[in-house]
Order: sequence, then C-alpha cells, then structure tokens
Amino acid sequence: MTEFLNAIILLSNFVIIPALSYGSQLALGALGVTLVFGILRFANFAHGDLMAFGTMVTIFLTWWLQSLGVSFGPLPTALLALPAAIVITALFALLTDRLVYRYYRRIKAVPVVYIVASVGVMFVLNGLVRILIGTEDQLFSDGQKFIIHANDFKQMTGLSEGLSFKVTQGLTIALAVLVVAALFWFLQRTRTGKAMRAYSDNENLALFSGINPDRVVMVTWIIAASLATIAGVLYGLDKSFKPFIYFQLLLPIFAAAIVGGIGQPIGAIVGGYIVAFSEIASTYVYRKFLIYVMPESLEPTGMAQVLPTEYKFAVSFVLLVVVLLVRPTGIFRGKVL
Amino acid sequence: MTHRQRTIFAFSILAALLLFVGFGQSWSVALVIINLCLVSAVMALGLNLQWGYAGLFNAGVMGFAALGGVAAILVSHAPVEEAWSAGGGNLLIALGLFALTVAVGYIVHRRMAAGNARRLVMLGVILIGYWSFRGFFSDAVRAIESVDPVRTGFLGGLGMPIIFSWVVGGLFAAGVAWLIGRIALGLRADYFAIATLGISEIVVALLKNEDWLTRGPKNVSGLKRPVPYEVELQSSDWFIAAIERLHAGALSSAASAAERQDILAQFIISGSSIFVKLCYMGLFGTVLLIVLGLSVRALNSPWGRMMRAIRDREDAASAMGKNVIFRHRQIFILGSAIIGVAGAMLTTIDGQFTPGSYNPLRYSFLIWVMVIIGGSGNNLGAVLGGFLIWFFWIEAEPASLWVLGHAIAVLGDGSAIAQRMIDAAPHMRQLLMGLTLIMVLRFSPRGILPEYVRHIR
Repeated sequence: MTEFLNAIILLSNFVIIPALSYGSQLALGALGVTLVFGILRFANFAHGDLMAFGTMVTIFLTWWLQSLGVSFGPLPTALLALPAAIVITALFALLTDRLVYRYYRRIKAVPVVYIVASVGVMFVLNGLVRILIGTEDQLFSDGQKFIIHANDFKQMTGLSEGLSFKVTQGLTIALAVLVVAALFWFLQRTRTGKAMRAYSDNENLALFSGINPDRVVMVTWIIAASLATIAGVLYGLDKSFKPFIYFQLLLPIFAAAIVGGIGQPIGAIVGGYIVAFSEIASTYVYRKFLIYVMPESLEPTGMAQVLPTEYKFAVSFVLLVVVLLVRPTGIFRGKVL
Repeated sequence: MTHRQRTIFAFSILAALLLFVGFGQSWSVALVIINLCLVSAVMALGLNLQWGYAGLFNAGVMGFAALGGVAAILVSHAPVEEAWSAGGGNLLIALGLFALTVAVGYIVHRRMAAGNARRLVMLGVILIGYWSFRGFFSDAVRAIESVDPVRTGFLGGLGMPIIFSWVVGGLFAAGVAWLIGRIALGLRADYFAIATLGISEIVVALLKNEDWLTRGPKNVSGLKRPVPYEVELQSSDWFIAAIERLHAGALSSAASAAERQDILAQFIISGSSIFVKLCYMGLFGTVLLIVLGLSVRALNSPWGRMMRAIRDREDAASAMGKNVIFRHRQIFILGSAIIGVAGAMLTTIDGQFTPGSYNPLRYSFLIWVMVIIGGSGNNLGAVLGGFLIWFFWIEAEPASLWVLGHAIAVLGDGSAIAQRMIDAAPHMRQLLMGLTLIMVLRFSPRGILPEYVRHIR
C-alpha cells in the first residue's frame, strides 16, 4: 500500500502538478490565439512576443514597486503590478490593430496577408523587448516559495516520496480557473460577449443585426492582450523570463489551440492541458515509478522513458501533425480550415 | 519608371551600398556580406517559387536549410570507421525494422477497410515495430556515441568533396518536402504555415539531439573546403607572383629589400583571404545564376502561367482540368530543394554545422521578409530582397552603434544609460526589419520590384 501511495505521490510531484500549471499557462495563451482567430480570422504569429511584452512591462512595474518597498506578503509582488501591465499591453495591442490590422480589414485582405503583417508585428515586439530588457534570464518571483515543501510533506505523512507544491504553481492553477470562469461568464452572459460569439459565428448576420464590428474587435484585442499578459507572467513566475523562450512558446500554444479546435474557447483549454500532459508525460523517466508499482520480478532495467527530455517541445508539434492528419477540426470541431 | 529602369535603379543602389562598405569598412567585410547575400538570394528564390508563383505560405524554411547543412557533413566528413564497426550493424538492423514497420503499416492501411479493426491493427503494428527496433537502435546509438566522444562520437560522412553536398542537400530537402506535402498541403494558409513551422522545429530538434548522426550540440567543425586554404595560397609560388604583379607599384616604392619583403608579406596575407572569398563568390554566384535562369524560364513558360493561374484563381484552374494538389506538391518540393541547396552552401562557407544556431526568426521569417520586400513573384525581386535584407540585417548593428556613438558624444557619457543603449544596439535590426515589413506590406504590398507578367499581344 505504501508502495502504491509513494508511486502516486511521485507521479503527482513530477508529472501531474507541473503539467497542470504548465497546461494552465498554455491554455491561457491558446485562449488568446483562439479568440483572435475566431473574431479576426487569422493565426496571430505575434502572440508569443505579445506575452513577452506584457511580462516585460510587469517586470518593470514589479521592480518599481519593490524599489518603493511595496510587497504582497507571501504572494509575488508581480501580482500587484499585473493590472497596470494588462492595461499597458492592451493599449499596445489596440495600437497595433489601429496602425496595422485595421487597414487589412477595410480592404478585406486574404488571411495570408494578416499572417505576414503579424510576422512584422512579431519582429517589432521581438526587437522592442530585447532592446528594453535585454536577452538574459530575469527572475522576478518573490514572496513565499512553497505551499507544501517536500521535506515537510515527508515528515507529515511518513512516506519516502516528498510532494512539493510551489506558490507559483498554486497561483497559476487558481488564477487560470478564475480567469477562464470570468471569460466564459463574459462570453455567455454579457451583451458584448454574445455579440462577439455572434460575430465569430457569422459575420454578415451579426453586422445585419446591428453589432458594431469595431467594438467587437476592440474588446477581442483587450481580452487577448490581458490573457497574453497573465499567461506570460504566470509562466515567468513559475520558470523565469527569457524573451527567446516566449517566442518558442508560440508553437505549443498553436498546437493547443488547434488540437482543441481553433476558434473554440473550451477547445483551447482542453488543448492546453493535452499538450502539457503529453509533453511532460512522454519525457518523464518512469523507472522509479515502475519500481514502486511493479512486482519485483518485472522491475524495469532501463530508464523507462518514452522519449529523451530534449524532445519535450517536439511532442507538441507531433501532436499537432497527428491532429492535422486524423481530425483537422480538432477535438471540439473548431472552424473548418 | 518602366519596369526595366526600376530594376536597374534598385540594383545600382545595392551595388553602391556594397561598394560603400568595401571602401568604408574593408573589402574583406564586403565580400563576407556579398557571399552570405548570395546564399540568402538562393534561399529567397526557393521561397519565391513557393510563395510568389504558387501562394504557399511555407514557414519552415529553417528546416530545409538545416537539412542542407546535414548533407554537407554527411557528404564531406571522413567516415568514422570505429563508429561503424561499433554500432553500424545494429543501426542497419534498426533502420531495416523501421522500414519494415512502415511498409507493413502502409500495406495494412491500404488493404483493410477503414474502421475500428484497422485502427487496432495499425496500433498493434506501430507498437510492435517500435518495441522491436528501439532495442537495436538504442544499443547502436550508445555504441556509436561512445567512440571517442571528444573528437567524433558519430558516424561521420562519406568523405567526398563538399560541393556534392549541395546537390544532396537539395535531394534531402526535396524528400522531406514530399513528406510534409503529403501531410500539410491542401490545408488553409494559416494551418499550412503553422504546420510547416512546427515540422521545421521537429527537424531541427532531431538534428540537435541525434548525436550519432550530427554530433548534436557538440557541432561538427573543420569541414573540408571546396576552395583553397589561405595557408596553402601563401606558400604557393604562382599566388605570390600574382600578388607581386598586382601590387608592383607599391612594392617598387619600397626603400629597402627588407621593407619590400614586409609589404609583400602583408599583401599576401590580405590577398589570400580575399582570394578565398572571391572563390566562394564565384561558386555561389554560379549557383545563383543557374537557379535564377531556370526560375525565370520556368516563370515565363506555360508551366509558370499555369502556376500563376492556380495561385490567382484556384477554382477556375481546377475547373480547367489542372491538378491543383499535384502542382502545389510539385512546386513545394522544387522550392524546398532550392532552399536545401542554399542551406548546404551556408554550411560550406561556415565550415561547420551548428544545429543550435538554427532559429526560425533568422532562417524562416527573415527569408520571408526578403521575398516580400523584394517583390513576391519576381525572381530578380527575390534576389534583390536577399541582398538588401541581408545587408541591412548585418549592417544594422554597426550603423546603430555608429549613430549611438555620436549621440553619446553629444549627450555626454551617462554611463548606465549609455551602456544600456550599446547593449540594445544588436536588437535594433529586429525592430527595423519588422517596421520595414509592415510599411512595405501596407504601402507597397507588391514589393520593390513588383511581379511583372509579359503579355502576349
């Protein structure tokens, strides 16, 4: 029995909890991509760098707050800086829409033109973030580090495996649940949210019934920028902030959005967790886990790892390709592409 | 301005820029830039084939360039005999089993009716196949990677002249493009872009981590050159004689024999480095001219007109009996092959293969900027874009440092801020590139040299 419990704890510590928090971060990112896709009908290649931009603003504000001596008790100071950073990032997103994307909506450009434009925005954001904050790793997490420390857990339960639960992990999961709940309430219950869904479903019909497209687009950018900032900050708190990594996150995020069904908010969330779990579960070394659960005669001799750890990122692309082959609309029947 | 005048004007400005670097910085720097411009131009031509002729948004240029790079090591590196004898047998068995698995899977897929039974059998085939080759494969990899890991630790290549790898790189890229085409062509543009971007990341991830094939993060350096080495030149009589004749004037004004020897030695050293770069320039220029010539002829042929028709009105072309999917696949493979050639050329001039250096910003999206700013659908435009964008990508840093130097001199040395600005200078190029792309797309969406169609009167 203890053997079995140890196995479960081991798995939670190294697979389930990390995957839950990483999945939440991906889900928030994928929600932004999927909303922009649903309303503006293009895949936004600049989303990863928008996340980096929002996180960078948060870091600057956090440093400023810290220099004033402000702190948030056991929670990271970055949370206090987050609302202002969201406002700044949303303003930036609205500015890019005004200066770049609006023109292409006017001339009813084909989707590819939007993608090229978003690649341009991606380059600009990429340069801007590196010019302002540099390319190095930035750690900006402060406050308490653990909710449950591995050693405390061992003492508490008497098991040989420890379970550690970081504040940033707990925060990520809690905040993701809150944000997603708020987003769904907004989309289902409010007038603007319903207008957005109508616009996404059938643009002409929505325009016919008097929905103001400019307002829908504006709200979409504000939500996408907020989600990007939150996702970016949570990822940065959990790991660290490095501009290049944020650019790389773009692909798992796209994978999450497409696996779930692009244009479908619920799909983005499910997709985020699927991508995160498959990335972590397929590169985890199961050796110790199998030693716990298997009878002695069947214990593994090798590492019992499906894929080397270096392929962690590649797993999401493989998933993407498989979904493209088997079910191009994704799990939740997103837009037919 | 007519089309012709515009082309001449644009290329004159380009030549002036390069001459400016030659006189201002040094000829060696100018030649390095020109050589990489030539490689970029070939890549841009490949992408132009896909995007300009057929409207395919291939965001995976990086992957094909990296495949070309692998070809360079697999062709030119000397074979590592010990590694072959240590793990070669097991590796071949593993590859054979893998091929068998794929073949059985294919047959099952073809012969059985679609449904749950087929899915189950397929799953079984894949699992059994994976289980059977994995053992041989990991044994082989372990054996190969433990052969003198500091110097080799991989299988090496065929030990042939590196210039063959340019063709092989193209073939590698074409093969992978065929596979990607099976998976991703026919999807909407966004999906195709994301899929190619993802697959190119998979390709690079494989090259980074399969040490038995590419040495992975340990890199392969010291690849043989297709052109002479500086040291060889410096000791060969004909070269010294040529340099003496070239600089006869400067040499005759030397006061003493010793001084003359000193000056001559300097000329020989700088001359040999320039000569090597000129050789590369000749080779790359030849490839560029061949690719350019073929592309222009293809564009003006019935095949080119058909491609443009498919791009502009896919449904109409399809209704006229053109096989759209087949043509898309064909041009995707052709364009990718050209990018593979360019990738092999790039590894050749670098003399080393560093899988870690492949990143999508530099290898996929920058090539995109070249094609779009140069003029999609216009081959000379793609060449111009390749030259111009690479030039600015390289020169943006020294230029912004130069501007900053003056700004700091005027503002006074405000240490912290000045240092921050100097650190930021290398990243100005991303910002400038992005702004240029956005501006060109908005105000001149057809690029500097727009697509030009010769109409038959």
